[in-house]
Amino acid sequence: MQIFPCPFCGPRDEREFHLAGEAGKIRPDTTGTITASEWSTYLHVQRNDMGATREIWTHLPCQEVFLLERNSVTMEVIGATEFRKSGSQEMKT
Amino acid sequence: MTSHRLNMGGLIDRARPLSFTFDGRMYTGFQGDTLASALLANGVRILGRSFKYHRPRSVWGAWFDDPNAIFDVTLNGRNLSNCLATTTPLERGMEARSVNAYPSANFDIKGGLDLFHRWLSAGFYYKTFMWPNWHLFEPTIRKMAGLGILDRNVLDNYSSDQVHDTCDVLVVGGGAAGLATAREAAETGQDVVVVDDHREMGGGLYRTGTIEGETPRDWVATQIAAIQAAGGRVLVSTTAFGVYDHRLVGLAQDRGFAKPVRLIRMRAARIVMATGALDRPITFANNDRPGVMSLDGATEFLGRYGVLVGQNIAVLSNNSFGDPAAEQLRAAGANITRLNPEIGELSAIGGKRLRGVEVAGQHYAADTILTSGGMTPVVHLWRHAGGKLDWSDEKQTFVPGKAPDCMTAVGAANGIFDMIAALDGARIAGRGDPTSEVSVSSYKITPLWPEPGSTGRQWIDFQHDVTLKDIELAARENYVSVEHLKRYTTLGMASDQGKTSNIAGLAAMATLQGQTIPETGTTTFRPPFVPVPFGIYRGHHARQLFHPPKRLPLEMAHRELDAALGEYGGWLRPGWYGSGTAASIIRDEVLMARGSGAILDATPLGKIEVMGPDAEAFVNFIYYNTIKTLKTGAIRYGFMLTEQGVVYDDGVIARLGDNRFVISCSSSHVDGVSMSAEAWRQDGNDPDRIFVHDTTQNWATVTVTGPMARQVLEALELDVDLSAEIFSHMTFRDTSYEGEPLRIARVSFTGDVSFELSIRPSKVRALWEALNEAGKPLGVGPLGVEALSILRAEKGYLIIGKDTDGETMPHDLGFSIPRLKKSAAFVGDRSLHTDVANDPDRRQFVGLSVTAALKPLPTGAHIVTEGDKPKSIGIVTSSYDSPTLGRPIALGLLERGADRHGETVRIWHFGESVEAIVCAPCFYDPDGVRLNA
Repeated sequence: MQIFPCPFCGPRDEREFHLAGEAGKIRPDTTGTITASEWSTYLHVQRNDMGATREIWTHLPCQEVFLLERNSVTMEVIGATEFRKSGSQEMKT
Repeated sequence: MTSHRLNMGGLIDRARPLSFTFDGRMYTGFQGDTLASALLANGVRILGRSFKYHRPRSVWGAWFDDPNAIFDVTLNGRNLSNCLATTTPLERGMEARSVNAYPSANFDIKGGLDLFHRWLSAGFYYKTFMWPNWHLFEPTIRKMAGLGILDRNVLDNYSSDQVHDTCDVLVVGGGAAGLATAREAAETGQDVVVVDDHREMGGGLYRTGTIEGETPRDWVATQIAAIQAAGGRVLVSTTAFGVYDHRLVGLAQDRGFAKPVRLIRMRAARIVMATGALDRPITFANNDRPGVMSLDGATEFLGRYGVLVGQNIAVLSNNSFGDPAAEQLRAAGANITRLNPEIGELSAIGGKRLRGVEVAGQHYAADTILTSGGMTPVVHLWRHAGGKLDWSDEKQTFVPGKAPDCMTAVGAANGIFDMIAALDGARIAGRGDPTSEVSVSSYKITPLWPEPGSTGRQWIDFQHDVTLKDIELAARENYVSVEHLKRYTTLGMASDQGKTSNIAGLAAMATLQGQTIPETGTTTFRPPFVPVPFGIYRGHHARQLFHPPKRLPLEMAHRELDAALGEYGGWLRPGWYGSGTAASIIRDEVLMARGSGAILDATPLGKIEVMGPDAEAFVNFIYYNTIKTLKTGAIRYGFMLTEQGVVYDDGVIARLGDNRFVISCSSSHVDGVSMSAEAWRQDGNDPDRIFVHDTTQNWATVTVTGPMARQVLEALELDVDLSAEIFSHMTFRDTSYEGEPLRIARVSFTGDVSFELSIRPSKVRALWEALNEAGKPLGVGPLGVEALSILRAEKGYLIIGKDTDGETMPHDLGFSIPRLKKSAAFVGDRSLHTDVANDPDRRQFVGLSVTAALKPLPTGAHIVTEGDKPKSIGIVTSSYDSPTLGRPIALGLLERGADRHGETVRIWHFGESVEAIVCAPCFYDPDGVRLNA
């Protein structure tokens, strides 16, 4: 059982968290023209990194959505960053 | 029968005899015995039958390494199957039975199966029971293969404590090395927990004479006192069964026979593995005969329980522990024949009763053969945590290699079999210093591994009856990887997980492949180390607490009205009111609602508030429908989609002001909608300009519906004009009731005029009673969820997830305008214009009309094409006998359904088919006259 650091609540049991997706996945501007392939990539293609990963998680009890950096092989947690501080590049839209 | 109990020695209390039975016969043991030690002391040797061949078996080892003696035990009316005789503490009055034998282990009617061993080799089942179909044979084979039957008396009220704990240093194993580590760590100021699975600390120490000048008992007592004095904790009867992510160790604490085992989730900053080592069997012909035992186990029976396992003992050992152990047994009164197992082929002579051993053609008489094939460190926890293993040629075994994060191995578990060196290493580890190089080992071993091609039936895995010949067969048939070998032969499966058999099995495969043992490798070590009850994972999360439903503030009021409460969408809600035939009550409730009116508890409806300067743009984005044109005071029906364009939820949204909305999503989607809204709010928006707050728990809601709804509401004398012209459908009013804020929304899920009244939960009882009192003279009464589902189906109102599936898009439901016209971005927008979304053959929402003479269509039935090979073109999603219309109605999803109104289609269900006519989903008041009244 892993311990994840919520930027708002501190270290908590992994069962309190929900994976929202990989970081850096930017939602295409759907008011413009988007090809089927661009949209499909956005919806379905995952980096699935082996090793250091950057992911978006929600801490369910407080509903903080944040950036979690961790190692998908060793399960080591590298760090958690509040969205407000993480910069727009991580954001979906 | 001769007694094998010595007059002195061991940890047993000879002043406290305990009587028990085994296979129906009465025996006596002592406090401190296990079932196995008590039976051996009574001269009982045959303790079970093997799994496949039903060969008579005794114990091999003295603790968790024994693969043979599995009992079904009853005590005080509570029964547990699969009790390992060697690890089950004896209690007075226990009734034990061998599990795989009938009528007894000594005489088993299936014993004759052994004669057919030639045909029962590895892969026998896969090869034999293929034709015509494995499933034909499976039930019988499963019945033959079972080991014991679960007893409900134990399962009832079985509720394990689940305790969370932390420490600086967790020492697993309370032998010499473990206690030395724990004491050193505690005395250097660390928070220490030391655990051992025995009832007493000490591990293998009781097999030795003295340690650091003290008897084992005194030395152990000294260490425990010092550990506790320094604030350390000492837990006995506690097994560390697994190491999990982030240094979590699962500890199972035994609290007595059939009592719920306690789970301790221990989060340790550092884990010290002091789990010791196991002696491994020597592979030779008939090495499974009762009386062929582990030398290590025999000295353990002697040291811990005062039991001498035999009188004329042949000791076969290839390592330096053989001589001192033989000496100990001789001192206890046995005649010892010390033999070298490396000099030639070995064979045990005798059947149920051992007569001797043959070594290189020479016969030696013996009633017991004790073998020691070399020590194997218990490295399971090391591997759970991701540690590596190194092969040691010198010790002929795998020893801990590269350490997992925060884990250290000490003592025999670390491959250090000398006491002095083990204690030195343990104390260094206790201080937390990096482990230094260990002194030269005095342990000597001559390599001795199974020899493929040699004669006789040589057992590798006792528990699953895997012999050397099975390994040879697996190699011939190319199941050569250790993982394939395991699955093909069942080597190392079952409850002992190969504790005694794995190394011999993979050594045999290594020889067959012409490889070294480390080249062949080991199978994966997975938790749990020993079997633990499923109940420890479940804890108290059972029955009512398994997934507790949400409770209504009005629950008591419903109970007083004799409501049939059931779980609907995670809430405990009234299904209907009153006792009697449910179907006729539900029917009466529907007719009441249509005839005069009804009152229902709608509290579970979502009430998620969205506020802030960007709230309008935000709800416009998360909704499929255009929300920004919604005026204050008005309500709009709409969908929320996933990014895949699939309808996730439907509900209404009300605009309370320029910057304030309330999303009233469906009852079962509140958590999901709220979480998704939060994710979009924080990821991609400025969270300081939008606020999402789920107020579902803060408002209780009572709905009044039906032609008399307005009259009922008038009785409350609210400060609101209820007339249809002023208070029209899809608008709301804020007012107050008895001084409390009251929100009235004119929305409907029945098709008749409805008012949803929301108030503080503490005030809802008064409101509920006032409405019911006002309703009574008008023939308006309470209505349950079941009647509501019929009312909404008559009107053709959807339930998302029931009338839709994981492919349904909004235009399939007849809501196409935003898809074509909405200019702003919204969740799922692009997905509505893919080839799949544009497919003209999509399944669309329809009504299905059935002749009055017929029964309602089965929900879930397929709508099929005509012809010889009918193909499914849709499904029935909701189906009821409509009390209002006096005929069955149904809703469904049908390919090109919107174009098929008026068509007759075939409905197929489990081989029977009926006809139905496709129609619009709305069966009742299609023009909305009653709705808008």
